Amino acid sequence: MTDNSTYAPSSRQWQTIALRFGLYAILLLFALYYLMPLFVMITTSLKSLDEIRTGSLIALPRDVTFEAWRVAWSGACTGIKCEGLSPYFWNSVQLAVPAVVISTMIGALNGYVIAQWRFKGANIIFSLMLFGCFIPFQVVLLPMAKMLGLLNIAGTIPGLIFVHVIYGIGFTTLFFRNYYVSISQELVKAAKIDGAGFFRIFWSIFLPLSLPIIVVTVIWQFTQIWNDFLFGVSFSQAGTQPVTVALNNIVNSTTGVKAYNVDMAAAIIAGLPTLLVYIFAGKYFIRGLTAGSVKG
Amino acid sequence: MATILDNPILEIKNLDKNYGSLKILKDVNVAIEDGDFLVLVGPSGCGKSTLLNCIAGLEPITSGSIAIGGRDMTDISPKDRDIAMVFQSYALYPTMSVAKNITFGMKVRGVEKAKRDEKLAYVAKQLQIEPLLARRPGQLSGGQRQRVAMGRALVRDPKLFLFDEPLSNLDAKLRVEMRTEIKKLHRELNASMVYVTHDQIEAMTLATKIVVMKGGVVQQIGTPAEIYTHPANLFVADFMGSPAMNLVPSKAKKNGKGYSLTIERDDAAPLILKDDKAQNLPEDVIVGIRPEDIGDAQLRKGKGLQVSDCLVNVVEPAGADTYVLMGLGGKEVVARVQGETHASAGEMMPFTFNMAKVSYFDPKTGLRLN
Ligand SMILES: Nc1ncnc2c1ncn2[C@@H]1O[C@H](COP(=O)(O)OP(=O)(O)OP(=O)(O)O)[C@@H](O)[C@H]1O
Ligand SMILES: [Mg+2]
Repeated sequence: MTDNSTYAPSSRQWQTIALRFGLYAILLLFALYYLMPLFVMITTSLKSLDEIRTGSLIALPRDVTFEAWRVAWSGACTGIKCEGLSPYFWNSVQLAVPAVVISTMIGALNGYVIAQWRFKGANIIFSLMLFGCFIPFQVVLLPMAKMLGLLNIAGTIPGLIFVHVIYGIGFTTLFFRNYYVSISQELVKAAKIDGAGFFRIFWSIFLPLSLPIIVVTVIWQFTQIWNDFLFGVSFSQAGTQPVTVALNNIVNSTTGVKAYNVDMAAAIIAGLPTLLVYIFAGKYFIRGLTAGSVKG
Repeated sequence: MATILDNPILEIKNLDKNYGSLKILKDVNVAIEDGDFLVLVGPSGCGKSTLLNCIAGLEPITSGSIAIGGRDMTDISPKDRDIAMVFQSYALYPTMSVAKNITFGMKVRGVEKAKRDEKLAYVAKQLQIEPLLARRPGQLSGGQRQRVAMGRALVRDPKLFLFDEPLSNLDAKLRVEMRTEIKKLHRELNASMVYVTHDQIEAMTLATKIVVMKGGVVQQIGTPAEIYTHPANLFVADFMGSPAMNLVPSKAKKNGKGYSLTIERDDAAPLILKDDKAQNLPEDVIVGIRPEDIGDAQLRKGKGLQVSDCLVNVVEPAGADTYVLMGLGGKEVVARVQGETHASAGEMMPFTFNMAKVSYFDPKTGLRLN
């Protein structure tokens, strides 16, 4: 009897440990599975072409060289020009930063109006905007091209900014509206009695409250815009292509031997900004995503 | 219903408020004088907040008029109505410090910094919130937030204060404390106030004038004493007072020389209460009698008092008083007797009925008859 009773809990403990161990093993396996491509990309980008040809895909580099990175940044050929990714990288920056800022600002204002100044038809307008989130990219390509032509900004970076702002407003409005709708309407009433107007209330009361949702929106928009390929390839010209299009051109236009190390380095460079944004602001992203919905 | 005042600080005439086809307020007429403490009381959803928002100009009115300080307010925006409002949720600006919360209104209106600081210091002292000025609303307790919300209203120094259930988020003890404090504040400032609550005790203790509302219709306007002793209809009689007024169906009859009321009982012969006021009543009436007007027989004697034996159903001691329940006219009737009573359940006991204070209501219309 006594033997049995002392034995039972220790067996249960052992079971817990085993379960834990199994769990971590599985998690580790998944992590490895997901990190493998990144590992291969990084190691390959640090090898010389000779080493890539002779060595194994997953082996660590014998001589670490950053030559491939240099070429990818400033020497690789995209079609006829051979300036590497750098000019296109700056195109993307010039495109993404204003597009993110503008679409976030418009989204914040829209969300504020729809959630806190419930005018007649606000719900209908909001539903229509939501609908805009679900329109597939391909559907808008032709009308958008026509539109850009009419506005005389076809093939320019402002044109691309315009496209991304328009396409992003649906999402940014949704984020901000859902965040603001959980805030008591009495706040606006109190401010009105205090004498503040529409913009003053927004600026002094709602914007300072919005940091978590601004972070969410900025990350979302930045990732969308930076990684976009379809709009970039459709609405840009030779000098205004974003980095994703240039990356495609580098990888696809190499004649002769494929410079895998350069391709890998270029791919990492193109993906780095979104990666960094997630690393630095990811925890706010999770927090902000749940902040709006919990109170609801 | 509206009383004509010489110099009303707030005058609401024939006010209607609809949301689409939904009629929320119907023909509201209220006027108060400078220094009045008007309490709007009524059950949840009866339109108290809506009326307050209409006064503040936060909701447009459908028809009628509102004047504050003799000036018609129909087309005037909230900020220019010379009012201050304290909200149920307090509505403090979450990212601003207490000091900024209180001075925000002045800042928006372009009051210079020295003047702002001076007023802030004054109000902070008055409400004893000086140590809290640097904190944010999130770092305050419920009672402290309440004070800050009051502070934000006080700095405005308005013609009219509006309060929307400012105490309903506080625990019972704090609520009583703050109630007293608001009353003191009202006396010190000699300000005019409109105060919304659904707590009838709060209404009785604070008001100089009470408006009882139900379903968007004003049921009665009067001083707390008027409302308590002469409720205008069954709704007001039932709503104001705790425990509520006993409302018992009875028959008014001629009885020898005088008149009397007959109340049926399950457990004994009908209870007969003499009252000559019954002369002017229809046969079927509802007798309204407050628990404190049914008392111990041995203690009170006098005009209008009648003693009668009743069967005690339940005894509920409550400290100073004891509530005794009995069955009259098919209703549970509450009597309020001395704390140390020898009433015991299941026994007959004599009670005094104070017929001078009885209200009579028409069972069909619910309106007061005497
Ligand atoms: N924006 C609106 N649209 C439609 N109906 C509304 C609106 N605001 C309030 N109502 C309705 O008006 C009625 C009165 O609401 P109000 O908020 O004035 O009630 P209240 O007396 O303050 O109640 P409580 O004590 O619960 O605060 C309610 O039936 C409510 O549903
Ligand atoms: Mg209310």
